[in-house]
Amino acid sequence: MSVPAFAELLERLVFTPGRNAKLALLRDWFATQPDPDRGVGLAALTEELVFTAAKPMLIRDLVAARTDPVLLALSHDYVGDLAETVALIWPERAGVNAPPPALSEVVEALEVTPKAELPALIAGWLDALDSGGRLALIKLITGGLRVGVSGRLARVALAEWSGKPVEEIEEIWHGVAPPYLPIFRWLEGEAEKPDPRDAPVFRPLMLAHPLEDRDLAALDPTAYRAEWKWDGIRVQLTAGPGGRRIWSRGGEDISGGFPEILEAMDFHAVLDGELLVIRDGAVAPFADLQQRLNRKLVGPKMLRDHPVGVRLYDLLFEEGEDLRPLPFDERRRRLEDWVARHAPARMDLSAMIAFASVAQLSEVRDGARAASIEGLMLKRADSPYLAGRVKGLWWKWKRDPLSIDAVLMYAQRGHGKRSSFYSDYTFGLWRPLEGGGEELVPVGKAYSGYTDEELGWLDRWIRNHTVSRFGPVREVEKSLVLEVIFDAAQLSGRHKSGVALRFPRIARIRTDKPASEADRLENLMAYVEAGPAAEG
Amino acid sequence: MPHPETWLRVTPDGLFCEPGGFFIDPVRPVARAVITHGHADHARPGHRAVLATPETLAIMRARMGEGAGATQQAMRHGEVLRQSDVAIRLVPAGHVLGSAQVVMEWRGSRAVVSGDYKRQRDATCLPFEVVPCDVFVTEATFALPVFRHPDPAHEVAKLLRSLALFPERTHVVGCYALGKCQRLITLIRAAGWDRPIHLHGAQQPLCRLYEELGVPLGELRPATVANKAELKGAIVLAPPSAIADRWARRLAEPVTALASGWMRVRQRARTRGVELPMVISDHADWDDLNRTIDEVGAPEVWVTHGRDDALVHALAGRGIRGRALHLVGLGEDEDEAVAEAPEGGAAA
Repeated sequence: MSVPAFAELLERLVFTPGRNAKLALLRDWFATQPDPDRGVGLAALTEELVFTAAKPMLIRDLVAARTDPVLLALSHDYVGDLAETVALIWPERAGVNAPPPALSEVVEALEVTPKAELPALIAGWLDALDSGGRLALIKLITGGLRVGVSGRLARVALAEWSGKPVEEIEEIWHGVAPPYLPIFRWLEGEAEKPDPRDAPVFRPLMLAHPLEDRDLAALDPTAYRAEWKWDGIRVQLTAGPGGRRIWSRGGEDISGGFPEILEAMDFHAVLDGELLVIRDGAVAPFADLQQRLNRKLVGPKMLRDHPVGVRLYDLLFEEGEDLRPLPFDERRRRLEDWVARHAPARMDLSAMIAFASVAQLSEVRDGARAASIEGLMLKRADSPYLAGRVKGLWWKWKRDPLSIDAVLMYAQRGHGKRSSFYSDYTFGLWRPLEGGGEELVPVGKAYSGYTDEELGWLDRWIRNHTVSRFGPVREVEKSLVLEVIFDAAQLSGRHKSGVALRFPRIARIRTDKPASEADRLENLMAYVEAGPAAEG
Repeated sequence: MPHPETWLRVTPDGLFCEPGGFFIDPVRPVARAVITHGHADHARPGHRAVLATPETLAIMRARMGEGAGATQQAMRHGEVLRQSDVAIRLVPAGHVLGSAQVVMEWRGSRAVVSGDYKRQRDATCLPFEVVPCDVFVTEATFALPVFRHPDPAHEVAKLLRSLALFPERTHVVGCYALGKCQRLITLIRAAGWDRPIHLHGAQQPLCRLYEELGVPLGELRPATVANKAELKGAIVLAPPSAIADRWARRLAEPVTALASGWMRVRQRARTRGVELPMVISDHADWDDLNRTIDEVGAPEVWVTHGRDDALVHALAGRGIRGRALHLVGLGEDEDEAVAEAPEGGAAA
């Protein structure tokens, strides 16, 4: 019964917005499914299983041979998605007694079946499944399950289900292939923890706490080291005899998106750093880097126009030696030596910022206006490299946010617990119209920052001031001013206003301020820092 | 033998039987109306004389009070009424309690107006009866081959599995107050759930009426007075418009489900923010529409509303003449309109 069981899991995951509910569904899957199917399903969910033999064309041909072309076209037009259309329209044959295939059986058969026999094999499976099972099967073999389960979420679910720390699971995860039998045996207490040996595995990152005022007051400047906090994406570079990988902060393998970095990883070490778009030595705003994210393949134009590099923060392993227990100062010295010796292409050292007092450091922080800098990192000189967010060792001290007074224009309902609340807000600023007068132009969208009371108030206000509706979106009277704070403003060709905000959130509801006195677009433009504009 | 085209006509007010002088499910108030069933898009207020099954009349009275018709004539299944030259019978349609097909014979030609119907089992009403005819008038709400309703017991089992997995959360199921709600209750009972089922205020009057008319539903409680703790792990039935709106905030971390034939298509479920789609419909699916048409054996089929393009195409392939009537005002009941249902507005 395993493809149908997998289909039900998929359906629940697809429609479930909440993280906790997703975790519950995954825990239930691990607890109730047999090996190897639970591991195969897990790999399929996190898209670590990829099939290339069965193309969407094959499915299209199969269904075309079984249905009226006019009805198929009308149906496809109605449903939209081809895989779903096929799953729904597939004629069910009476008297098919074959049991539905097991997940592992599907995976195995796809690997060994000659191409010419694939259509008959897949048609046989489709005959034996119901519509949910057919959809799961088609999505599985043609790729694109897209159920919103990241590898990280799956590992958290494994940790919750087994009671083992998630960091331990992450350390071995990438050293074991699907269906992860040694991992399941270990998690169920039936075997020792698997040893990944030389396989390139992800080591959980050390994270920082936000620095609050009271922490700042207690800070001993001599015990800490300071660096810039760059606005890119945190990565871990792992290279050695077992292979090379670039891991994201959550342990996703993102190597495929950054071939130029992978090529430069001609060493045997594990490094922690920030991936950034760097042009002529200058770090570009985050919007530039965004162009390169979530791509499986990158073309030559992208490589040329959005060149990436890694600014190195830390050295975790050198030639197989685990440096993580060493104090930060010692690791830093080893990192500097290592960079001097290897001089790896596309990588440089994160600079240390000298300071004698907290006041001096504060000035440095306030003086940093480049959009690519989020603020400062403070690391205790004697801190070992520990997984996760250990309080008191590393601090992040972001710049004070920027702020504008904007006018609420549209509102949309949230998801999950917020599905009955209008919780996503599009806000705008005034700009002059040709021929006189002013118009509002949307500049961003925010869905956080408010308290529960403010959310309730905003929800009521929106319902009472709606002027029109477009599906789930309400357009409201342009009369409510919101103070919006954000980390940076960057030029953007993709936004009507020409500007994009980084992390906008609602700071305050300004019922005291008439909409006509909200900010002008030019006020926001004054915040845009020098730097190459993002294309798009 | 006169072709039904000559005596059953499409008018702006709806289908009109000329020799009998009556309309079937008219959209505007008329002198004489025959009503197939109690859904609001078929049973409208303000007609002078209304003919329907006793159950449909009771439902109309419950929903519209005095608007249910100045004079009401109840006709049981099996009775025959002669109106001028026309012989009229009401035959079970299997859609909701009291639902009927209108069978008309005039000078040896027979037309059947099926109203809305389904072929799946429904413990709350009599099953559809096949009446051979010269013209069969059908709906086509789900007339695309992608619509094949699964066994409703399978859908209810999904709901109960979810309750087992999330025992602290209220499971709120959106379902239309007439028919779907009561059928769902009987399905949930048949699956072994004997705990109380909680109801949104809008669901209560018709549930009471169903029970008075002899459909037992087990213990029902209002959801609006229950305290939040009582609603943990409870099943709550509410109108589709209420499940994701302010009313639902009283529920305990609700899992939102929706029981509708449209839930077969993912995008429909997604735009409604439904977490647990349940494909349960009171309309015939594609296979049952086609099977029914083949069984009644009519050489000509008129399609009132819905996907007449697909159905007429499929009929042509079998040598059956299909004609799209494009009747206005139909298809506004829950199953047919659920994806477009306006939000909000559902009073507690």
